[in-house]
Amino acid sequence: MDGNSRWAKARGLPSSAGHEAGYRTLKKMVELSGQWGIRALTVFAFSSENWTRPKMEVDFLMTLFENVLKESLGEFLREGIRVCIIGDSSELPPSLQKLVKEVVDKTKNNTQIDVIVAISYSGRKEITQACQNIARKVKDGLLEPEDITESHITEELETNCIPEFPNPDLLIRTSGELRLSNFLLWQSAYTELFFTNTYWPDFGEADYIEALTSFQNRQRRFGQRIN
Amino acid sequence: MRKRSRKFVAKILGRLWRLFRRWLFLTLSIGPMPEHIAFILDGNRRYAKKKNLKMGAGHNVGFNSLVVVLRYCYELGVEYVTVYAFSIDNFRRKPEEVKGLMALMKEKIDELLEEDTIVHKFGLRIKFWGNLDMLSEPARVAAERAMAATANNTGPVLSVCVAYTSTNEIVRAIKKSCSTKRDETAEGSLGFTGDPLRDGACGSIAVADMEDNLDSADCPDPDIIIRTSGETRLSNFLLWQSTLTHLQNPIPLWPEFSLRNLIWAILEYQRVYPYFEARRRGLAK
Repeated sequence: MDGNSRWAKARGLPSSAGHEAGYRTLKKMVELSGQWGIRALTVFAFSSENWTRPKMEVDFLMTLFENVLKESLGEFLREGIRVCIIGDSSELPPSLQKLVKEVVDKTKNNTQIDVIVAISYSGRKEITQACQNIARKVKDGLLEPEDITESHITEELETNCIPEFPNPDLLIRTSGELRLSNFLLWQSAYTELFFTNTYWPDFGEADYIEALTSFQNRQRRFGQRIN
Repeated sequence: MRKRSRKFVAKILGRLWRLFRRWLFLTLSIGPMPEHIAFILDGNRRYAKKKNLKMGAGHNVGFNSLVVVLRYCYELGVEYVTVYAFSIDNFRRKPEEVKGLMALMKEKIDELLEEDTIVHKFGLRIKFWGNLDMLSEPARVAAERAMAATANNTGPVLSVCVAYTSTNEIVRAIKKSCSTKRDETAEGSLGFTGDPLRDGACGSIAVADMEDNLDSADCPDPDIIIRTSGETRLSNFLLWQSTLTHLQNPIPLWPEFSLRNLIWAILEYQRVYPYFEARRRGLAK
């Protein structure tokens, strides 16, 4: 969800206005995804690198996340949205940590659509943590080093909170940046990437349809041949 | 007589072309230059089909194209070039194609080690990344020989990914880290460092342990990944290493990738460089 600050700057607004507009876009995308039968969405809300942004902006974002979760809990329950939060929650303010636990717990039985929100998240840290968990199992004699497989790592990743959809089929990055920026590195091995110059707050239904149409036209071979 | 004068003209034109290239590359290097470029060599077979070549010929053409592009990269001063030549997933193709590719691999590796190739011209160090045990015996032996023969060279590096996927690379790294830690613990050689991540929970792996055991341990992260034929996915290539890499997917099929495309790729990289550098400094903290 890239480009909130640049969208705001282009309009002479503070970055907080950009993030609020970004939230409205997210809401719309979740609604459309549910209508079109998309079963899982993962959104990159805040990376571990974002902690270095100005304190005022970071504090604003943490407050925004809290308010959004509080206000939307009712809607999650009504619309059958299962929410999962990935990232280093120990870095979040205690009130947000508590709210996250509550939202995840209350929505865990919902079945319409899964929404994973990555907050204080780093793809490299996620893989390293998974490897540390596996190393602990080896140390405890539960697993031999020779028996470690890719599935062991996949199971230890935080995205295993929704085991039915471990890997995204399509990754959309807005604002014209052409890279992954530490997002779902392991999981996006075979993901189709779609890049658009549109800033996230301007990303609308037409842009989403363009991304999905592009995806439908891709020929996914997974290393094999299609005859 | 006519043949001699034609050869003379060709020699002069060749020299002029090299001079022009030198001037072009000098101009380009006024801006920031990538240290490491990685290529996903996609489109060989589609090229062969397009040109009505016989099956397998596309990969031969692709190899010749690779040698030319490598020359340009090293002339530009790029220190590291990595190429995705054969994925573990490709083993699932038809046995005849896989057999053909293994044979081609051995043939081309041997060819590269001969005199008057880019390996000697630039003093290249060749590395092979991947699960080499999965290769055919002749291909594996050729790869190991190439690595040994060029180990003491001091020029730029060419890393060839064969029998490679990034997820497999990470699993092999964790296996190595765990085995090493276990052996150190058993021997009692793991002294106390005062670092809680290394002491106490002896099975604990640090990020450094993992990165030291990846195939890419001695190599900086790629600045650019270029995937030809317009496909926009990584297909399990350098997932860990590519977090800040500029991803490019030019339309030409691999054998059609030309100097013009390479120059464009670098210009695109130079355009976004200031934003990249700021992010890279943030990640390093």
